[in-house]
Amino acid sequence: MTDILTEDRTRFDYLLRLGDDALILGQCLSEWCGHAPTLEVDLSLANIALDLVGQATHFLNAAGEAEGKGRDGDALAFRRDVLDFRNCLLVEQPNGDFAQTMARQLLFSTWQQLLFNALTASTDATIAAVAAKAVKEVTYHAELAAEWVIRLGDGTEESRRRMEAGLDWMWRFIPELFEMDAIAADAAARGIGADVTRLRAEYDARIAAVLAEATLERPRDQRPIVGGRRGHHSEHLGHVLAPMQYLQRTYPDAKW
Amino acid sequence: MSKDWPLWEVFVRARGGLSHRHVGSVHAPDGEIALRHARDTYTRRQEGVSLWVVPSAAIVASDPSDSDALFDPAADKIYRHPTFYNIPDDVKHI
Repeated sequence: MTDILTEDRTRFDYLLRLGDDALILGQCLSEWCGHAPTLEVDLSLANIALDLVGQATHFLNAAGEAEGKGRDGDALAFRRDVLDFRNCLLVEQPNGDFAQTMARQLLFSTWQQLLFNALTASTDATIAAVAAKAVKEVTYHAELAAEWVIRLGDGTEESRRRMEAGLDWMWRFIPELFEMDAIAADAAARGIGADVTRLRAEYDARIAAVLAEATLERPRDQRPIVGGRRGHHSEHLGHVLAPMQYLQRTYPDAKW
Repeated sequence: MSKDWPLWEVFVRARGGLSHRHVGSVHAPDGEIALRHARDTYTRRQEGVSLWVVPSAAIVASDPSDSDALFDPAADKIYRHPTFYNIPDDVKHI
């Protein structure tokens, strides 16, 4: 990072990370709409997706203000390409089957809940306010995901196999959640962001408790994959963005 | 999947002081998930502050073919309604 990190630069990047995490996972979950295993699960997933898109709207609008170039949340959501997204790699992983989706949800929502708890003390009024409101939503997301991981893990032979496969897929993206690069460190130093390394022990304990109740082994640690915060994404993100951005790219400034 | 899951009747308390009212049903593998399905299905628009879910199989229902015997006899028992009292004007809330 050769750029000098001004407060607005850090605030912009940090808000992008928060907003992009929520936006991309919200979009991925929306893909379940009409395809979930049952009508009830369909509604559960759509509710979570809408919560996340709501969070993204707040964070990305605030990011646009911090940037000061006239971009609002919509411009940031629909007019950026893969390299400019700052979400973690976990949220762009494919839905797979329902077990894989729940594995991703447990690992992300548990982290997001701890993060938002910490961010309620942010010196940035917008971040603190959104975190305070959203932490209730996220608490529910984490609980629901945990309930499903427990039932699928401690379920039938097939559900257990699928749950193990889902967790195996997602496990290597955990370390990125606790990465403190220059932006994260500067945000924490300024009181805008949180020091996520302090959340790791609690995170590990919560995940371990869910796995124990699900009678699942902790997945083997694999080589971590990082880079999402710098725009180095997997091939999946392009496929998430294409249908999401299609309309605004084909008919710029189209209004509802 | 849902056809393998039992049905649960959902009751919502709209706000403190009111009783829970039946609003519909959900499929779920157990009570805890049934509560969450009920939350996600029936309280998305601030409909309530408390939820009950009850296994539909636990409900004993009257048989529609018995309704003549069960309910018609009440039709001409007007003396069961407290309508033969003169209410003083000063009594407001009755």
